[in-house]
Amino acid sequence: MKATPYLLVLPALVLFAAIVIVPLVMTVALSFHDWGQYKGIEPVFILKNWREVLEDSYYWEVFGRTFRIAALVTVLSAVFGAPEAYILNRMKSPWRGLFLLVILGPLLISVVARTLGWALLFGGNSGLVNKGLMAAGLISAPIPFMFTETGMVVALTHVLMPYMVLSVWAALQRLDPQIENAAVALGAGPLTTLRRIVLPQAMPGILSGAIIVFSLAASAFATPAIIGGRRLKVASTLAYDEFLNTLNWPLGATVAVILLVVLATAVIVANRLVERRYAQVFG
Amino acid sequence: MSRNGPIALAYHTLFVIFMLAPIVVVCWVAFTPEGFLSFPTTNWSLRWFYAIARYPEFVSAFWQSLGLGALSSALAVGFSVPAALAIARHRFKGREAFTALFMSPLMIPYIVLGIAFLRFFTEIGLSGSFTGLVLAHIVVVMPFALRLTLASAAGLDRSIEHAAVSLGASEWTVLKRVTLPLVVPGLASGWALAFINSFDEVTMTVFIAGPGTATLPVRMFLYIQDNIDPLVTSVSACVIATTVGGLIALDRAYGLERLLVGRGHDGR
Repeated sequence: MKATPYLLVLPALVLFAAIVIVPLVMTVALSFHDWGQYKGIEPVFILKNWREVLEDSYYWEVFGRTFRIAALVTVLSAVFGAPEAYILNRMKSPWRGLFLLVILGPLLISVVARTLGWALLFGGNSGLVNKGLMAAGLISAPIPFMFTETGMVVALTHVLMPYMVLSVWAALQRLDPQIENAAVALGAGPLTTLRRIVLPQAMPGILSGAIIVFSLAASAFATPAIIGGRRLKVASTLAYDEFLNTLNWPLGATVAVILLVVLATAVIVANRLVERRYAQVFG
Repeated sequence: MSRNGPIALAYHTLFVIFMLAPIVVVCWVAFTPEGFLSFPTTNWSLRWFYAIARYPEFVSAFWQSLGLGALSSALAVGFSVPAALAIARHRFKGREAFTALFMSPLMIPYIVLGIAFLRFFTEIGLSGSFTGLVLAHIVVVMPFALRLTLASAAGLDRSIEHAAVSLGASEWTVLKRVTLPLVVPGLASGWALAFINSFDEVTMTVFIAGPGTATLPVRMFLYIQDNIDPLVTSVSACVIATTVGGLIALDRAYGLERLLVGRGHDGR
């Protein structure tokens, strides 16, 4: 009887050991191998790739851009997504389900199709977004969106927004509307209620949403590749280039391992901080 | 519960427009009668949908994606069922670690998984093969399959099984006639969610798909990298229509709230 659970997880365990753990270990090992234009990959242990990535300012620039974009996307999705989750939560039954479907549904639509939509909307200087913004008098000259960080941030915010709404919405589900009513009954204005009652309770949701959005934004591939074009690189498109165009696999593996380590560290540290800060809420 | 004021509703409208705009625009441009990208207003045409038929690589990629998604999701559910039964109803050493391991593809950036799979499959001679794609997709959709399988396994009323046992059913009969039928709705939803994720996956697949095994999103991605024309918008419109159809079916069958937020599963 004691062996039963182990027998039950065995098939999946074997699969994951063979198809996840072994390849990941091989990738880390690959980052220490040598590579040359003519000799290909040489299975030796050297620090050449790591030194190259850590010493060349080009790679610092790419990683800087990657995390700058991820940070901006995280802030934007929190600032715009959290109020929307709150509004959704206050909606009545049929509308709430409908708009939840409308806002969360894009999550399951191919990211290539969604990014294509942004490429069409940006479409050079005469794109619909610029026309709209100029007609509304918000800008006087067209903003370049294609092949810029601005465009990447807008498109990625759209792609990842559902995760933020979802996360905040889940947190708001635990909010007792009677507390809001009590605050109002005790004479608090709507802003005070929002700031002192709703926001503190939504905060765990915003923070866990931020962790998800940040790590997905920093490792996003299709959106930066399409909006950024061939020249404006982020870490993931750089790794892709090294693997499929330059064929310098060890260097590409180094970039990928750095991305993995930085993100894993950031996520674990952030999770710890959030959990410690909100121990009462989670407990 | 108080209602949303006019400012809230205006904000909500803008937000929904923002979320839908790129998707609507793709479908809109797909109906252009012109040979270039334009927004049709008076003349609508299906010429770019007919044009898809002249590009066999898109058609074969579609069938490729469909087959790959169906097979890898089914296998992922197959791997999930015993694992979910173990995790949901047994307390054993390493239980949390196993759960974390099976959920780990959600934590590892897909770009890193793609690179790792490419390296691994090249070493063992599976690079670009359908077998390789299936193995990789099983792993990547496993968290979705497992989450819903776990939810239905955890929600199982054990007293029904106890009743079957006390009525003289053998352990195998209980599994076959009582337990499995009870978890089937959860399995179907898990399969569907896994299928959608497999069908849409591009980041990891772009590394391991060969010229003969490229999936539809990979073909679309590689095509867009070179040029954007109405053809790729009509292909995307078909993909969007497929996904929306699946979504609505899933929402009816299981409830999207429940599906995406998840509840009752072995969280914290």
